[in-house]
Amino acid sequence: MTVLTDLTLVEARDGLAKGDFTAVELTEAHIRAMEASRALGAYITETPEQALEQARQSDARRATGTVGLMEGLPVALKDLFCTKGVRTTAASRMLENFVPPYDSTVGRNLARAGAVTLGKTNLDEFAMGSSNRTSFFGPAVNPWKRTGDDAALAPGGSSGGSAAAVAGRIALAATGTDTGGSIRQPAAFCGIVGLKPTYGRCSRRGIIAFASSLDQAGPMTRSVKDAALMLSAMAGHDPLDSTSAPVEVPNFENALTGDIRGLRVGVPREYRADGLDPEVSALWDRGVEMLRDAGAEVVEVSLPHTDHALATYYILSSAEASSNLARYDGVRYGLRVEGKTLDEMYSRTRGAGFGPEVQRRILIGTYALSAGFYDAYYLKAQRVRRLITRDFLEAFGSVDVLLTPTTPTPAFALDEEPTDPLTLYLNDVFTVPTSLAGLPALSMPAGLSGQGLPLGLQLVGRHFQEETLLNAALVLERACAFSGAPMFAGKEV
Amino acid sequence: MTYAIEGNTGRWTVVVGLEVHAQVVSESKLFSGASACYGGEPNDQVSLVDAAFPGLLPVINAHCVEQAVRTGLGLRARINRHSVFARKNYFYADLPQGYQISQFDKPIVGEGHLVLDMPDGSSRTVGIERLHLEQDAGKSIHDQVPGASLIDLNRAGIALMEIVSHPDLRAPDEAGAYLRKLRSILRYLGTCDGNMEEGSLRCDVNVSVRREGEEGLRTRCEIKNVNSVRFVMQAIEVEARRQVEVWESGGEVLQETRLFDPSRGETRSMRSKEHAHDYRYFPDPDLLPLELDEEFISKVRATLPELPDEKKERFIADYGLTPYDASVLVVDQANADFFEEVAKDRDGKLAANWVINNLFGALSKAGLSLAESPVTSGALGRLLDLMTSDVINGRIAKDVFEIMMETGAEAEAIVEERGLRQVTDTGAIEAAIDEVIAANPDKVEEVRSGKDKLLGWFVGQVMKGTGGKANPAVVNDLLRKKILG
Amino acid sequence: MALDKTTVANIAFLARIDIPEDRQETLARELSSILTWVEQLEQVDTQGVEPMASVANLALSWRPDAVTDGGCVDDVLSNAPEKNSNCFVVPRMVE
Ligand SMILES: [Mg+2]
Ligand SMILES: [Zn+2]
Repeated sequence: MTVLTDLTLVEARDGLAKGDFTAVELTEAHIRAMEASRALGAYITETPEQALEQARQSDARRATGTVGLMEGLPVALKDLFCTKGVRTTAASRMLENFVPPYDSTVGRNLARAGAVTLGKTNLDEFAMGSSNRTSFFGPAVNPWKRTGDDAALAPGGSSGGSAAAVAGRIALAATGTDTGGSIRQPAAFCGIVGLKPTYGRCSRRGIIAFASSLDQAGPMTRSVKDAALMLSAMAGHDPLDSTSAPVEVPNFENALTGDIRGLRVGVPREYRADGLDPEVSALWDRGVEMLRDAGAEVVEVSLPHTDHALATYYILSSAEASSNLARYDGVRYGLRVEGKTLDEMYSRTRGAGFGPEVQRRILIGTYALSAGFYDAYYLKAQRVRRLITRDFLEAFGSVDVLLTPTTPTPAFALDEEPTDPLTLYLNDVFTVPTSLAGLPALSMPAGLSGQGLPLGLQLVGRHFQEETLLNAALVLERACAFSGAPMFAGKEV
Repeated sequence: MTYAIEGNTGRWTVVVGLEVHAQVVSESKLFSGASACYGGEPNDQVSLVDAAFPGLLPVINAHCVEQAVRTGLGLRARINRHSVFARKNYFYADLPQGYQISQFDKPIVGEGHLVLDMPDGSSRTVGIERLHLEQDAGKSIHDQVPGASLIDLNRAGIALMEIVSHPDLRAPDEAGAYLRKLRSILRYLGTCDGNMEEGSLRCDVNVSVRREGEEGLRTRCEIKNVNSVRFVMQAIEVEARRQVEVWESGGEVLQETRLFDPSRGETRSMRSKEHAHDYRYFPDPDLLPLELDEEFISKVRATLPELPDEKKERFIADYGLTPYDASVLVVDQANADFFEEVAKDRDGKLAANWVINNLFGALSKAGLSLAESPVTSGALGRLLDLMTSDVINGRIAKDVFEIMMETGAEAEAIVEERGLRQVTDTGAIEAAIDEVIAANPDKVEEVRSGKDKLLGWFVGQVMKGTGGKANPAVVNDLLRKKILG
Repeated sequence: MALDKTTVANIAFLARIDIPEDRQETLARELSSILTWVEQLEQVDTQGVEPMASVANLALSWRPDAVTDGGCVDDVLSNAPEKNSNCFVVPRMVE
């Protein structure tokens, strides 16, 4: 008998189409899994009643022949996507009780495509982090464990709850957002596919902002095809987001031919830094071979400013965040801690409402923009950002996609997480440069580490060439035949 | 003479620059679709974008861009094809985002100028440094709840043009003339209604003083939010005086923000705002640079009306007006139109004289606007026609005009009804002259011995004798003939 | 760049974040080490390189001037920690 929660998005879609099961049955199975998996901390807010109601409506629509791209498919939304009437927290005490009177555009696109929403997934507070440890609601936990070791592992971040939910079979798929790697890094840690589209491909409207010039929403799924399907439903020009690109949304699934003969694959020299985990390095080599075997031409390329991407990212994202998070002041919504004066109320509210990592970034960002330091920090970082982007554009003069590891290591244990912020930021060393350049990038599980943990490979494409990216990923997915399932998965009762 | 302040140690001059915030005339706000109307119930003209709800984003209003460009063109300024919106970061209860979206180093409009028309008929050119688009803040209400302030965001996000002058102004009345001229241009363009009471036009005044003849500028103070032309002039006067006293007593003027208190006639330091500001401007990442093409700018240029300066030149050239009369008439488009209706096919100077001195004078005495005038341009024109066709003389015309103002009746009807037609019958006039000559033989002698000026006295006596209705030219003629032969 | 406690207190005031006295020292150390790390950017030659504010290679799109929003005071106030007479309430501001 089919375990409904084990299906991929595409399999579930086809099963619904054939009438093998109904949206209500599929949703009920996921609600049971959600209840059984609470130990994972994947969800901050579950919305089972709403999900069932949506499923019933979906079945009714299907009966009249109206079928959207995501018709009847239960998914989860990162709790950074505003949901009308359902609290949206950004995993912060600041927004613990915030109930938006509106939906995000991406959320609405998914709903219009017929998707069912199971709930809101956990994340690092305001999406700032790579471990999920900064969540006010406690961290989500990686469904994977090391072989013979019971230590709870980090699911990665910031979209760690989404990754845990998808890997743990408590959502068919989930939305994530990626500012410097927040879709790809947790996807790699949890052994799923995570796609950060081109900046401007998905609307940012209604997604709580971290760093506006970098934030981008994308799908987190258990297969490449699923990612293609879900991106088709999420993407599209939004006149209410001035940075949203007025470009056509192709049906990405149709682009998946599995034929990459003649594709030129670039391997960036600088990513093979000293101290790269040998397992990660070996996996990367295998990935290169697989693509070559499928008829791709492999070329070594250089991205000379790679070393400076992290510092650049850190300054720019913190500067933007310091301004984006100024609106949380205790006046119109969110937490308020009273004070005698306006300034005292502000400072107490923000001192109590934001956790230490968020505070650190706001302070750094404030400093980087302040008089006397603006040129040395902020403007300098913007200049280096251009150089980093140029590196990529030059590389794309001779190749069609890049192949790199997603993370330097597999998932670490939650209590092994380095306390030094600088070491922690190194998680994003392979993902941050593409974010700065606004390029589409995808992480997919490509193998297991010696300790039995998933390892991801990252493909990077040209602006708005997600189709090329997805097609190369499909070839790799078939070649890797990654079949690992986490210990925690399939706990449906 | 140049404006100067007599100090104890010598004469001081004043240097003034104005920053004017002009509310853009538009239906909706600069970055949201909420209404930009004045008033409304608290927080009812607010979108969730204006209230800075998480994740909601600004989208720019095309009309506001066009209005800024139109204003820039009206100020003969450079339109920047590439401009950038920046965030000005600071915390305040009426600023929901925690930043104001404004423009910083790349404004939409650059250098321009404005010509002042001074009361003595001279003109002065004042440089405009820039014009940029930005969001207005909300309103705080302090007197409704004890110990608390209430925040109404209806204004938050409405489009403003901040128009910054060079520090080219040298006297309070120049600042007044600048504001009036700017308001006039904005109204001609239809880009701001110029209503200072409703806050559509708000003025920050930068004032510094220096010794007469001194080069360079001393520290300036900014007087915030002065809300009438009169107060701007008063504020400059008292602030300049204060600064002179500070310098002369050996003190130093501090760069600070001050408030003008009209009831006490003084400026006060805004101590609450003293905490060093650091606005941390940076390009707003939610918005892209604003790019304008030549075609767009040309299209806006093609819709510009004739502006006050051009109209003034035309009035001088076409109607023979003095520069001063012309500048008074063009301040307001409606005034200028009224004048042109009166002047059509008539003597322009006569028309200007009647519109400015008689009509405007009477209206302001009656507290009426031009739109409320009981005398229409047509009626005034027909009054002038009675004068030029010698049906009535100028003196009678003034009386008739007064009756028109009171009753709204037509000049001709008044003249007929009251028998005010001018007497041109020489027989009747001669009889009156003979009477006056007979009664004043000694004065007649004086005139004959060369005292020409006395002739005027005779004219007055004859006019009196005819009840003012005699044609003064005929009287003059006949008098000369009869006395001097 | 090493930040001292006073600088941290100033930045914290600019950002309106209350930092308890006993956390300021640690925070100053953390922020200093991050800034020192960031200063590696000095090594990059950026002579003549234009700052890059956005990767979106687009012109700003304009919306028509029409009232399409607002009139939703209940939504606007729906999450207000304190409200009165359809307004948000804050501690009295000194004028
Ligand atoms: Mg200003
Ligand atoms: Zn301003």
